[in-house]
Amino acid sequence: MFDYAPAPESRSVVTIRDSYGLFIDGEFVDPTDGGARKTVNPATEEVLAEVAEAGPGDVDRAVAAARAAYQRVWGPMPGRDRAKYLFRIARALAERSRELAVLESLDNGKPIRESRDVDLPLASAHFFYYAGWADKLPYAGFGPDPRPLGVAGQVIPWNFPLLMLAWKIAPALAAGNTVVLKPAETTPLTALLFAEICQQADLPPGVVNIVTGAGATGQAVVGHPDVDKVAFTGSTDVGRQIARAVAGSRKKLTLELGGKAANIVFDDAPIDQAVEGIVNGIFFNQGHVCCAGSRLLVQESIAEPLLESLKRRMARLRVGDPLDKNTDVGAINSAAQLDRIRTLAAAGTDEGAQAWSPPCDLPEQGFWFAPTLFTGVSQAHRIAREEIFGPVLSVLTFRTPDEAIAKANNTPYGLSAGIWSEKGSRILWAADRLRAGVVWANTFNKFDPTSPFGGYQESGYGREGGRHGLEAYLDV
Amino acid sequence: MSDSGGVATRVAVRKTYKLFIGGKFPRSESGRTYQVQDSNVALASRKDLRDAVVAARAAVKGWSGATAYNRGQILYRVAEMLEGRREQFVALGEPAGEVDAAIDRWVWYAGWSDKLPQVYGGVNPVAGPYFNLSTPEPTGVVGVVAPAEPSLLGLVSVVAPVIVSGNTSVVLASPTRPLAAVTLAEVLATSDLPGGVVNVLTGTITETAPWLASHLDVDALDLTGVADPQLAVELEQAAAGNLKRVLRPAVGSVDWSADPGTRRMTTFLETKTVWHPKGT
Repeated sequence: MFDYAPAPESRSVVTIRDSYGLFIDGEFVDPTDGGARKTVNPATEEVLAEVAEAGPGDVDRAVAAARAAYQRVWGPMPGRDRAKYLFRIARALAERSRELAVLESLDNGKPIRESRDVDLPLASAHFFYYAGWADKLPYAGFGPDPRPLGVAGQVIPWNFPLLMLAWKIAPALAAGNTVVLKPAETTPLTALLFAEICQQADLPPGVVNIVTGAGATGQAVVGHPDVDKVAFTGSTDVGRQIARAVAGSRKKLTLELGGKAANIVFDDAPIDQAVEGIVNGIFFNQGHVCCAGSRLLVQESIAEPLLESLKRRMARLRVGDPLDKNTDVGAINSAAQLDRIRTLAAAGTDEGAQAWSPPCDLPEQGFWFAPTLFTGVSQAHRIAREEIFGPVLSVLTFRTPDEAIAKANNTPYGLSAGIWSEKGSRILWAADRLRAGVVWANTFNKFDPTSPFGGYQESGYGREGGRHGLEAYLDV
Repeated sequence: MSDSGGVATRVAVRKTYKLFIGGKFPRSESGRTYQVQDSNVALASRKDLRDAVVAARAAVKGWSGATAYNRGQILYRVAEMLEGRREQFVALGEPAGEVDAAIDRWVWYAGWSDKLPQVYGGVNPVAGPYFNLSTPEPTGVVGVVAPAEPSLLGLVSVVAPVIVSGNTSVVLASPTRPLAAVTLAEVLATSDLPGGVVNVLTGTITETAPWLASHLDVDALDLTGVADPQLAVELEQAAAGNLKRVLRPAVGSVDWSADPGTRRMTTFLETKTVWHPKGT
């Protein structure tokens, strides 16, 4: 392996304040009945800032601001003008992309290569795409005059903080709604910088409100009686609680939840490309990806050479400083998540699967987990059934295509799946039978603003992205 | 020969109204019936409901895997059979205008089978060398609480949109006017519709609906026929257990004669998006 000299991205490009208030009605304000919590750099455990925690009264203020903005400004505004604000935001995200990318990597632990090349370009593109819809809604296929819902309460996860914000806010605003968004408690900083961008764009006060906090704040947002629409991305367990909480209300609900995607490698697959795809599928973003290819299903006849090749490739992964431009795998986002990964990995060993990791020196400070693969995994093992949300791959084998499909679909989830084969008819056959919202054939973990994303079964409902993504924010 | 001299009146053969599960007409396993519309009608139990879900699940592969053309043909055949039994529905007390509307609605939905993927799917212009296609697919097994009234038009209006896309269904019929539902089941049984695609249970909603809402092998729930708001909330809460797609009861009364739109179909569709690289 080549030795690479460190190539750190400068963190001087971003200024982090000591403390942040809530962004309500266009201004940063102190919480009235909440508190504060610290957000840390998971790669070093250094405290980055103190961030407000919104209480129910603060959420109430934010919803009231959103309601007023909806009624007085954003609702009546012509679509072409809403579009112009969204275009401004898209451009500002692109212009300040390096600053945001560094901040994202600091707060989240993901490699700068990913925040710079994936999160930021996609976030900007998402606003650009939906900006164009704002004055074309009658052509979106939902009737001649689709109406917005009103105030959207949105709760997003920590794995792609700014990108998930873009997936939530861009279609909501394009459709004419106003929003109250709660970022994850471990990754609030890019959302707060986004609030500054809203100010910079002269977005009317109250159209976007950012309330930071943890689970209780999220509950206050989704449970608020004056919220018309709830959108949540996160775990299936919390998704279930939210579905129960909104039952009986008239709130429209979309959920993007967990996954346990099968990545199926047939015997005619191009091995080198498949190995790249497997690595991208599970180690991209430290495996903190709901659509991660966490179950590798490999045809028995090629399992041995494929695993050999995969291990060789894994040994080349650079794990370490997220701000180093050569880093492939960064830090685990939090101590709590590291704990969960360790627990499930231990369960894998306890249940009889064999763990393997390449030799790799992990930093002493911060939260780290070496890329790991498990062989000898059965379908009943916890590591084959539960979402680990970390850099842990479970390897299973199959003999026939029918068996591959049966095993792939043997999960309550249904978010994504992968197929590796050179045979077109086999790919289309398999794609038809996989019960998953996104199927990547001979590729993995690709995203685009025009491409609908979302799950079957217990991976949630509703789609984000594309024309389909508008439906969640329209009264149709 | 009788020499009684009176006018001989023929004694009618009466029908036993039973359940419709997996293409067959069983009695309730509970052995229970209830009296309604001058008939003894099967009173479905929790076990009947579970049997119906098993039948519906078993039918998913064949029905969702059938070509859209084939599903359209079969559903059109259902309309033909309905037309032939028009007078029978009228004799059950269904207003003639509603029977006609029900038949017309069935034909309308039948034609959607091979249009849904074109209207609700399509190519997405992603920024990269990839082919990217979104296609609507059926959700799976859909539990349907049919409206109490109008018994035939309401039933057709909730069942046809569920199955046209390839879903299978477990339908709780109108408790107060169940005869049209059982008669519709007879129509379905003679229309080449595979057994298990539609399963019809008669009885009381309060007894069976909670089991339908909490059943882990049911993927979606149409609560249109739930008139009690408190029950609707409880059913929606139960449905959250496995994140069923839920169609809530409408606010206020439904105008069943109005253009139904497509929402009853789209609620029970999943969008699948397939990516593939382009290259040489």
